[in-house]
Amino acid sequence: MQAYIIRRLLALIPTLIFASLIVFITVRLIPGDIIDLMLSSNDIGADKKSRVQLEAALGLDKPMVSQYFRWLGAILFEGSLGKSLWQNTPVMEEILHRLPITFELGLMALFVALIVGIPIGVYSAVRQDTVGDYVTRSFAILALALPGFWVGTLVMVFPSIWWGWSPEVKYIAFTQDPLRNLAQMAIPALILGKAFSAVVMRLTRTMMLEVMRQDYIRTALAKGLATRTTIIRHALRNALIPVVTLVGLQAPVLVGGTVILEQIFVIPGMGLLLLEAVSQRDYPIITGVFLVVGVAVVLINLLVDLSYGLLDPKVRYR
Amino acid sequence: MAPLLSVKGLSTEFRTERGIVKAVDNVSFDLAAGETLAIVGESGSGKSVTAMSILRLIPDPPGKISAGEVMFDGQNLLTLSDEQIRAIRGNRIAMIFQEPMSSLNPSLTVGLQIAEPINLHRKTPWAAAMDKAVELLGRVRMSDAASRVKAYPHQFSGGMRQRAMIAMALACQPQLIIADEPTTALDVTVQAQILALLKEVTRAANSALILITHDLGVVARYADRVCVMYGGRIVEAGPAREIYARPRHPYTIGLMASVPRLDQEAGSRLVPIEGSPPNLANLPPGCAFAPRCRRATDLCRNHRPLLVQSTPDHLSACHFHAQLSANVGT
Ligand SMILES: Nc1ncnc2c1ncn2[C@@H]1O[C@H](COP(=O)(O)OP(=O)(O)OP(=O)(O)O)[C@@H](O)[C@H]1O
Ligand code: SF4
Ligand SMILES: [Mg+2]
Repeated sequence: MQAYIIRRLLALIPTLIFASLIVFITVRLIPGDIIDLMLSSNDIGADKKSRVQLEAALGLDKPMVSQYFRWLGAILFEGSLGKSLWQNTPVMEEILHRLPITFELGLMALFVALIVGIPIGVYSAVRQDTVGDYVTRSFAILALALPGFWVGTLVMVFPSIWWGWSPEVKYIAFTQDPLRNLAQMAIPALILGKAFSAVVMRLTRTMMLEVMRQDYIRTALAKGLATRTTIIRHALRNALIPVVTLVGLQAPVLVGGTVILEQIFVIPGMGLLLLEAVSQRDYPIITGVFLVVGVAVVLINLLVDLSYGLLDPKVRYR
Repeated sequence: MAPLLSVKGLSTEFRTERGIVKAVDNVSFDLAAGETLAIVGESGSGKSVTAMSILRLIPDPPGKISAGEVMFDGQNLLTLSDEQIRAIRGNRIAMIFQEPMSSLNPSLTVGLQIAEPINLHRKTPWAAAMDKAVELLGRVRMSDAASRVKAYPHQFSGGMRQRAMIAMALACQPQLIIADEPTTALDVTVQAQILALLKEVTRAANSALILITHDLGVVARYADRVCVMYGGRIVEAGPAREIYARPRHPYTIGLMASVPRLDQEAGSRLVPIEGSPPNLANLPPGCAFAPRCRRATDLCRNHRPLLVQSTPDHLSACHFHAQLSANVGT
């Protein structure tokens, strides 16, 4: 299994190089470059000379290919993602500062999705075609259909109009006050996990229905096991294998969702960092964020693949 | 002495798009302790549904046991509470299913699945129940049982899985084992081994056995008594040897002509029964076998023959049962 993990990690390298190349080039193709922004924000007349100076100072005067290899070289040999073009701070530092916040939000959303989706999915399957089944399935469709940014905006706006209450907008770090941090993160995590929980619920329901028809469930019942034990010991594990796959596939979608919700709820995670960086054309930060997200997604998928081994004894890592 | 199991007037229906299917219709039979009863019939004749009805394992919906009683050791299984019937399943009545490939849970070890009923019914701690599983695997002649308990079903061959199923059935020393076509999915050579093993272990444990099969050859070797089912009904019942020697129903005679017989000369032809099994949602008013029976008359087509005593312990549901015993093989 160690050999398997090492091989998977090695296979990651070409993927990341290719992905970084695409990101590196495309961010520089966003209309309106950073020099224009800097010049206009500093009220400096955009004359030819200061423009050339700025480009040279930021290293943007070189051809894109050599810029890319300098950037790649810095990563490989110095472990550095470069510096922010605006603040001149190391990108790596900034990202490492933001990463745990986004990670916490994503993890909480995933937790919400599983803790809500799996039990309701099981319930809905066991009570197939009853009122309870229809109600939960209707809610799932609703949860899927309502866009997170819309629900998030409502939560920001209406409670403050009606009751003068609004979610905390000043970020409290977990290390500072864990409880208030969790309370603050709860609402965006719920919204982020909402659609995902609906998907988990529907997949769990489908898989449970499929598994409950299997012969080994009949064997379990013929042994005298109660329905509850049969479901927990014999059905759930087999039904959850595809749900684990789903978690891996949905991880990037979850990351995408955090970008929007961090913006709405003013949570200073990677999403907010990325949005700021894009609006300021802070190229090193943008590429850095994408690189780190890419690595994270690949690692999550590796974890997912490894967890199959726990669920399905037929899986062998070779 | 009262029989161990006495099924009386059992009827089980399924609601389907084609209407109500009477999969089992007014089935009655008795089984004494330690005895082996074979239930024989073509595919779809209601054998499995009969077996599943005894343990109330019919999925509801779409199925429902609509009439009858199943007296087991003095109590009617059909009126027990859910908890009471669970205490019987796997404990006093165990079941072995047709598909060894899919009847074991792929994600649990074989040992755990064998130990499960012991832990459940005997409240034996898992570790001790696993030791018992090793012993049970030994009893079904699994070599290297101590390491095999830790294996998963996909590491077993079909025959080994069926051995594991038998071990599982034996776990709580049941008074009755119901084996629903335990060998159909196996290689011919393995079939004989498994049947011999099943017979041997049930005899050693003094368990009664209901052996469901569509193979009359199996019946002659292993069963004390036989029920022949057709279209959800019993059409002939009696001691195995008697039925084998003197069948008193044209369907049984047809079945016998369609399988090789031990006492048959080599080279004689096998004759399958012509026609197809009846539509259970729409049975003919008279004898259900009439459309396929060479002896059918208007009497057969209009009046349903009842299951009557042809001889004191030989029942037949054919208007002409008395004339049949003489012309076996014609
Ligand atoms: N779950 C179900 N839903 C609807 N109808 C069913 C169901 N199970 C059984 N039946 C009906 O009951 C009839 C008898 O089925 P059963 O499984 O008892 O046949 P069998 O004699 O065991 O045949 P086989 O040799 O193929 O196992 C079938 O033809 C089918 O019409
Ligand atoms: S009753 Fe008539 S149709 Fe039915 S089995 Fe006997 S002879 Fe054939
Ligand atoms: Mg069957």
